Amino acid sequence: MSTLEPTPGQTVGPFFGYALPYDGDSELVPPGRADAVRLHGRVLDGAGDPVPDALVEIWQADAAGVVSRAAGSWHRDGFTFTGWGRAATDNAGTYTFSTVVPGATTPGHAPYVAVTVFARGLLHRLLTRAYLPGPATDDDPFLASVDPARRGTLVATADEHGFVFDIRLQGEGETVFLTHG
Amino acid sequence: MTETTQADVSAEMAAIADDFAAAGRPETQPRLDYAPYRSSLLRHPTKAPQPADPEGIELWAPVFGHQDVDPLEADLTIQHRGEPVGERMLVTGRVLDGDGRPVRHQLVEIWQANAGGRYLHQRDQHPAALDPNFSGVGRCLTDGDGVYAFTTIRPGPYPWRNHRNAWRPAHIHFSLFGTEFTQRMITQMYFPNDPLFALDPIYQSIVDPAARERLVATYDHDLTSPEWATGYRWDIVLTGSHRTPLDEGDDA
Repeated sequence: MSTLEPTPGQTVGPFFGYALPYDGDSELVPPGRADAVRLHGRVLDGAGDPVPDALVEIWQADAAGVVSRAAGSWHRDGFTFTGWGRAATDNAGTYTFSTVVPGATTPGHAPYVAVTVFARGLLHRLLTRAYLPGPATDDDPFLASVDPARRGTLVATADEHGFVFDIRLQGEGETVFLTHG
Repeated sequence: MTETTQADVSAEMAAIADDFAAAGRPETQPRLDYAPYRSSLLRHPTKAPQPADPEGIELWAPVFGHQDVDPLEADLTIQHRGEPVGERMLVTGRVLDGDGRPVRHQLVEIWQANAGGRYLHQRDQHPAALDPNFSGVGRCLTDGDGVYAFTTIRPGPYPWRNHRNAWRPAHIHFSLFGTEFTQRMITQMYFPNDPLFALDPIYQSIVDPAARERLVATYDHDLTSPEWATGYRWDIVLTGSHRTPLDEGDDA
């Protein structure tokens, strides 16, 4: 088969706010549900300042490690877990999702949430993973391949409602971003 | 402090273009670190990305369905009581993977400025008129051949504050999903022969001319509709991890 050259990416720009966010976009499950957890954090630039015009998307398995194939990832009916969510950052650079703790999709690997980051000033999307804290991260082969000094940027920390995962685009504590070649 | 001029920014872009030409290596994506685009200075990672085998979740993409998108959302000219101002335009093309396979039944979202170059966004303070009959937001699902199609109006160029007298070439923002999560992408479609191309640091951040020309649509007179609208064609190629997609799920 012939190989086609890819279409280049471009920045999401500053004005996506009226186009991409929609009602319920960040609520993979309703926040009041018994198994709902909060996954939140800030997007920060190289000066440590918040990025108020970033867009974060997540894609994850359910608690049993099953990847949803149910159609309707966009709309929320309050019952169907589709595993996909989108959140724009606020003026403090904060994003928040209401979701469930994912199960591992690959036996022997630690569970994680796949994350995409877009922003004004960011010329192409970035991909990363938010691993959940716990003993499974000690044995994960991918995490073991990451420089120990930077590995922690891929692991969320627990808080009272769920997990915190900050995304640092540059500088000290710069998040490890991925290429899947 | 002296204000940065277009000449300053053009000189920076020319120096980077010369370095690229001397290196003689093709590039397919924009430079994340592209100083002429000032907003990129503090927002580009400085470390090389970590190679990762996609696993589990990353080998799949979200599944959009007809419950998610109304077919009327593909026509940006009928969202209000009257006709928007500007050149009515049909924009269509195919979404393909790197092997030329169609990306079927996936979500395509677009947003754009109006004919006067203004977005319906509070932070857009460009003193051009808002068009009460144009919001500039559309979405559709690709069909079984990976084809998307929108009816809209041609957006205008607009000033931005990267440097003195900075103007963006007219463009439409596209948001795309593939058959796996690693193909997720947002980009911009441009129009042929725009005199602002050479001056624009966002377009020029794709330093390889062959790659950046892939963002330019083609005028298609066969697509142009008599007494109605001009036609532009633009195909999009998404790359991911080159896994062979499973047939199941394609039509989910």
